[in-house]
Amino acid sequence: MSKPLVVFDKVQKHFGSFVAVKELDFEIREGEFLAIMGPSGCGKTTTLRMLAGLEAPSIGEIRLNDRVMNDVAPHERDTPLVWQSLALFPFLTARENVEFGLKMRGVDKAERKERALKWLDKMGILEFENRHISTLSGGQKQRVALARSLVMEPQILLLDEPLSALDAHLVIRMQAVLTDLQRELGITFVYVTHSQSEAFAMADRVIIMGKGEIAQIGTPKDIYRAPANQFVAEFVGRNNILSGKVASVDGNTARITTASGDFTVPTNEVLLIEGHKASFVISADLVHITLEEPEAGNKAYCKLISEEFVGSMVTLFLEDAQGHEFKVQMQERELSKIDPHSGDEIWLSWDTQSAHVLNEG
Amino acid sequence: MKQNRSLNFVLGIYVLLIFAFVFAPIIFSMIFSFNSQRFPTIPLGEFSTEWYAKVLADPDVWEAALNSLIVSCSTALIATFLGFCTAYSDFRYNFRFKGPYLALILLPPTIPLIIMALAMLAWFSKIGMSGQLYSIIIAHSVLTAPFAMAVIRLRLNQMDPDLEAAAWNLGGSEWQTMRHVIVPFCKPAIFSSLFLTAAVSFDEFAVSWFVSGLNKTLPVIVLEIVQGNIDPQVNAIGTFVFLISMTLVVLAQLFFASRQMKSIKL
Repeated sequence: MSKPLVVFDKVQKHFGSFVAVKELDFEIREGEFLAIMGPSGCGKTTTLRMLAGLEAPSIGEIRLNDRVMNDVAPHERDTPLVWQSLALFPFLTARENVEFGLKMRGVDKAERKERALKWLDKMGILEFENRHISTLSGGQKQRVALARSLVMEPQILLLDEPLSALDAHLVIRMQAVLTDLQRELGITFVYVTHSQSEAFAMADRVIIMGKGEIAQIGTPKDIYRAPANQFVAEFVGRNNILSGKVASVDGNTARITTASGDFTVPTNEVLLIEGHKASFVISADLVHITLEEPEAGNKAYCKLISEEFVGSMVTLFLEDAQGHEFKVQMQERELSKIDPHSGDEIWLSWDTQSAHVLNEG
Repeated sequence: MKQNRSLNFVLGIYVLLIFAFVFAPIIFSMIFSFNSQRFPTIPLGEFSTEWYAKVLADPDVWEAALNSLIVSCSTALIATFLGFCTAYSDFRYNFRFKGPYLALILLPPTIPLIIMALAMLAWFSKIGMSGQLYSIIIAHSVLTAPFAMAVIRLRLNQMDPDLEAAAWNLGGSEWQTMRHVIVPFCKPAIFSSLFLTAAVSFDEFAVSWFVSGLNKTLPVIVLEIVQGNIDPQVNAIGTFVFLISMTLVVLAQLFFASRQMKSIKL
């Protein structure tokens, strides 16, 4: 494990009586791509702004390279931010925008120009050097904003939902640009987003925040396959969540009784007590469908409500007799072998090991 | 479609009539300034530049013109500076009594000029500052600063609030950010405000007349000439003042318009 670059030490942020950040206690490692993800109002942007010095923590300490940053003014930090609004200077040309930070730091004119041109070139927008910002397209502006921050050659780059204003096809392209850049430069990226696909596609580690707290920290795979709690499971979305009571515990597996039936789940070191409430999730892509009833194992009989196509992937929305919703995700060509129609009743089944018990509730 | 056309026609006539109503007296004054006859009667006499020659030969008028120039330029600078500061404080900070603070700043234009002028005179004589050229400058600055603030505030409201923080984030101190971001962003509004406040000050009569003492501005000297006798010199000066004011207002509008255009593109 590489050494921590940034430490959030029991950080809280209050705005009057409103608590934006309840308690943050985590580290950002050197050279990692960290995504902070959560619904709007979860405190993710406040967290980033505290790192940039635009907000001061109310309680706790933020350390960068072992230096306490709480009272360091924003302009004395080296934490450039790529803004959601981009915040490019509209009265300057693309190159002047990129030169801005160097100018503030007193870098002489010739060097400023050279470094700005190098970065415009690197971002593939050298030809727009003298264009005014208002004449650039969304993707070009995005690259100017990135160049403007990266020309400072920082140790850490902060990004606040930088792709939210772009068209879908541009988002995918910019994701590739960002991951390549991060790998090439080897600097730390802290990327705030509400988009799961952006976070999972780019980040080494993801922090899921909810209501001013960290709900889970882990790799995208951890979070997707093994959500720590109901909040994360629901936020990640492509999950079936079943809640009920523990009927019996037998070594590494347990039996959970839900309204939709009895199911066997692996305990995964979660303490399950007979008679207590328990919930578990099965990722939608780990559920199989069949027309005939499977012989044994975990199964549910459902009616198909609707289908949603995204390219070659299909998501089926189903409902069992108790009205509980199930989601199944599969390849379109696999589905066409069975070819169910809305209103058809089919069987769902999954391997015991596919299920994941949640820590709470 | 046809109905629309006739409606447009009626509205066009209406606009023309309004312009005629507003500008007819000024146009008449311009015409009479080139009229050889002493009294403004129709039929007109011959074309003549006699009155202009007379005005140009009058040292009092020259002095008044110089005074007007000094007053309007100084007023424009001071009022725009004050307006910029108040507009920025409104944009940047939230504080208690901000509502009353803004209301107070916007108050001067709502006070009847004659009351304002009297109050200024009383106050200036009390503190021994009346009858000077700078008395007019101070009074005019108070009078026009609200216009400057309104124009600049409009511009600041168009600014992405992240822009300032972005400059800090890139290593700009507060002063550097003011110089390299806020002022350049407000530049069109600042020019617009300079021209607008200069125009208001150049035209203003009541306050100037009360506080000026012996330092007459152009509008004051016009009254003085009219009081003595009927003299078409007034028309000549009036034409000159009108042209200067119109030029300033048009310039202010041009900057204002270019700013609107830019904000649409942003």
